[in-house]
Amino acid sequence: MIAAPISHRASMSLQDVSVEVGGHLAVSNVTFDVEAGTLMGVVGPNGAGKSTLFSAIAGLLPVRQGKVTLHRAGQESGGLAYVPQRESVNWRLPVTVMDVVMMGRCCRLGWFRRPGKRDREIVKACLGRVGLWDHRSALMTELSGGQKQRVFVSRALAQEASVLLLDEAFSGVDVAAQEALVGVLQTLRDEGRIVLLATHDLTNLAGRFDQVLCLNRHVCACGPPEQVFTSEVMEQMYGAHGVRLTTDGGR
Amino acid sequence: MVRALIGAILVGVMCPLVGAYAVTRNLAFIGDALAHAVLPGIVLGYIVGINPAIAAVPTGVAVALLVRTVSRRAGLSSDTSIGILFATMFALGLVMLARSTTIKVNIEDLLLGQILAITPTGIYVSLGITVVVILGLFTFHHWLLFASFDPLGAQVNSTRANVADYAFLVMLALVVVIGIQAAGIVLVLAMLVTPAATAYLLVRRFVSIMITAAALGTASAVTGLYVSYYFNLSAGPAMTLVASGVFALALAFKRRAPA
Repeated sequence: MIAAPISHRASMSLQDVSVEVGGHLAVSNVTFDVEAGTLMGVVGPNGAGKSTLFSAIAGLLPVRQGKVTLHRAGQESGGLAYVPQRESVNWRLPVTVMDVVMMGRCCRLGWFRRPGKRDREIVKACLGRVGLWDHRSALMTELSGGQKQRVFVSRALAQEASVLLLDEAFSGVDVAAQEALVGVLQTLRDEGRIVLLATHDLTNLAGRFDQVLCLNRHVCACGPPEQVFTSEVMEQMYGAHGVRLTTDGGR
Repeated sequence: MVRALIGAILVGVMCPLVGAYAVTRNLAFIGDALAHAVLPGIVLGYIVGINPAIAAVPTGVAVALLVRTVSRRAGLSSDTSIGILFATMFALGLVMLARSTTIKVNIEDLLLGQILAITPTGIYVSLGITVVVILGLFTFHHWLLFASFDPLGAQVNSTRANVADYAFLVMLALVVVIGIQAAGIVLVLAMLVTPAATAYLLVRRFVSIMITAAALGTASAVTGLYVSYYFNLSAGPAMTLVASGVFALALAFKRRAPA
């Protein structure tokens, strides 16, 4: 199995972060801290800047103002893994589940080393953790939406990442598969990792996340789900419709 | 004929190996563009008296790298950058050809290829490119697979994904230079795309696609060469028609469901 346990404890801090997309400010003055071992939901309407914020944290977009800081426990702890929205993935490429999880080992392989016995053992362990070892030879296109997300989480595990960013991971995933995914994410949280999941689905947030960041181009609220879903916050995010949603949000 | 056979085998193996990435990454058109864009290099080779295949290499590599750079700097899609560079370079090549008084080359040979007239230097260039590209595919395979499947995830994982993407464009430019000698500027796309697309219909996994494509490409190139020899046809169109016939058969009996 995996040779030595690696500390995955990391903390993250965003200070006054603003990000531009196409010359327009997509998110502004975002400030929040995430402690090690936190499962955070990032919620907001379409166009709220959830994906933009994730892209900035991941280094895919430049930060116009402010600072994103990731504190890792040690040199060995892995970096940041990013699971994009399904539209960004090239499903035409016929790769197997095993191929995708092995991609997580790329950064550990360097240019010339081929995946060895240890890499294969790590991949096997990571697929086992998400319950998909039996599907290792299946093509990605043969999996359901929830299974695909679990493969991406498994890839992040193979990368030994301390921070996971999952963009719209519940999109196209039924409720049972969402619960299975959250169950896996909660175990990663328990190991000290930070997991941020962007979603516009407001159902069952309280049972799933430790913290919720409510975003609508700026931070409307950040904190435990039972505290953030006030009628004022919902109105900031969804306008007049938001007040009506308050009774459902966070339950 | 022996040199032509070696040339056909090299084209048949190398173009589909790299073409498998081009087909599955929706980058097939870039191969056509690169083939047209190396024309100024070929013409320059004739003008200064060096083997046109050697002269085509730096031109192809430069254009391949420019495609990505122009796309990023201008915020344009790859196919727009490809369209601009392909038309500009091909036009430049035609102007150079028209203005030169020393070149005695048939434009038809450039467009359709003349594998039976391939020189020993042309074979050495192709062999050199084959070694470089195979080493490149071996080195970059995992990163290319990652960047091809999930470009954003790969970019976040490491800057190596970007290096692999540039390396892929360079390898594409190099195999286009091999392909031009056999199939010509117009038909090199057929050797790059058709065997890989055929393999895509027949086998499941990406590595199997690469291997099957190389086998089908070799069979098509060699068969096309012999057909052209015995029926006194141009080799490029003969190879293309054989490869297209195999594709049509695969389409009729395909295994893969639409993605």
